[in-house]
Amino acid sequence: MNKAITAGLIFLFTLAVYQPAFAGPAEDRRAFVAYFESRFPDIPFAEYANGIYAIDQDARNQWIEIEEFPPYEFAVDQGESLWQEKFADGKGYSDCFNSSKAGVRQNYPRVDGLSGEVITLDMAINLCREQHGQKSFEFGSEEILALSAYIAFESRGNVFNIIVAEDDPQALAAYEEGKRFYYSKRGQLNLSCADCHVASAGQYVRADRLSSSLGHPTHFPVYRSKFGSMLSLHQRVAGCIRDVRAKPFDLQSPEYRNLEYFLTYMSNGLEANGPGARK
Amino acid sequence: MASTIKVKTKFLGDVVQVKSLMQHPMETGARKDPDNGFIIPAHHITQLIFTNNGKQVMVANFSTAVSKNPYFSFSFKGAKAGDTLIISWVDNIGEKGELETQLK
Repeated sequence: MNKAITAGLIFLFTLAVYQPAFAGPAEDRRAFVAYFESRFPDIPFAEYANGIYAIDQDARNQWIEIEEFPPYEFAVDQGESLWQEKFADGKGYSDCFNSSKAGVRQNYPRVDGLSGEVITLDMAINLCREQHGQKSFEFGSEEILALSAYIAFESRGNVFNIIVAEDDPQALAAYEEGKRFYYSKRGQLNLSCADCHVASAGQYVRADRLSSSLGHPTHFPVYRSKFGSMLSLHQRVAGCIRDVRAKPFDLQSPEYRNLEYFLTYMSNGLEANGPGARK
Repeated sequence: MASTIKVKTKFLGDVVQVKSLMQHPMETGARKDPDNGFIIPAHHITQLIFTNNGKQVMVANFSTAVSKNPYFSFSFKGAKAGDTLIISWVDNIGEKGELETQLK
């Protein structure tokens, strides 16, 4: 409790100090997009949805070959049969998502009006299961990844339009938390997300090039050839955090959900193109 | 469960290009289970056979070096559209997978 109050005070204090420079989410996003536009003037905006393949031509050629026969198809098939399953009370996922089609990826994450918490797609799947008396899936499990892969697949082409209402203090707080997480240095290597994925986007880290943060969340979940399995956005973030020698948070922790909220808002206007195939 | 094999075929002139993807764990038998330290027993495809209209056009002997969910692609001559291509694999513990498709 004390911690929460202190955190709250620090937050308020930060707000107070930076008040003159305080920019709303819309200004943040314009600046974010403008940065990448000036940095990579040859890359059209829509291409950022393809992550590193917008920047790295060699990797792109390999990726196009892989996409001819996408390795995530098995997960999509599995997700489709899971989606069609009926719960014990005769309801299904389509009842929870208010849609007979599964194309809802672009609506997540969103802020829940009651709890003020950020609800990600993975969470929404589990909330749906709990509502209908089913056991929830473990985050990062094969089932939840397959379901989210199917939903992403069905949502292809839909444009992200995450709403951070300027008059909703809960949404703004979640957004600010996510933004702070994004720009905070962490780990023994003392790196923030932005150090690599904004300031050094496109440059080499060992043999690979850093992707741009614009477009990061659009293609998740992804099939990672490295692991031979699907991977959620939060697992990917945990991987990054481990790489800078910090201790990762739990999947679907408030920290990651707020970050996802911030990141996805930054990628508004891009198409949902998941599931992706990545090295 | 859908078939564990996916295949796409495409004619490039008189050559037909076959691309296939199989769902298989391809365990080498050298890996340990991170939870309990026990060795995960070997479980991998040993032979993959492509038969076009009853004639074997490709036989591949797989062992532990092939990765999980193997992707296999090759081309061959002398086929025509509508031919029946059968893809079948057998693994080291005797499990089998098979898929029949028409060339197009």
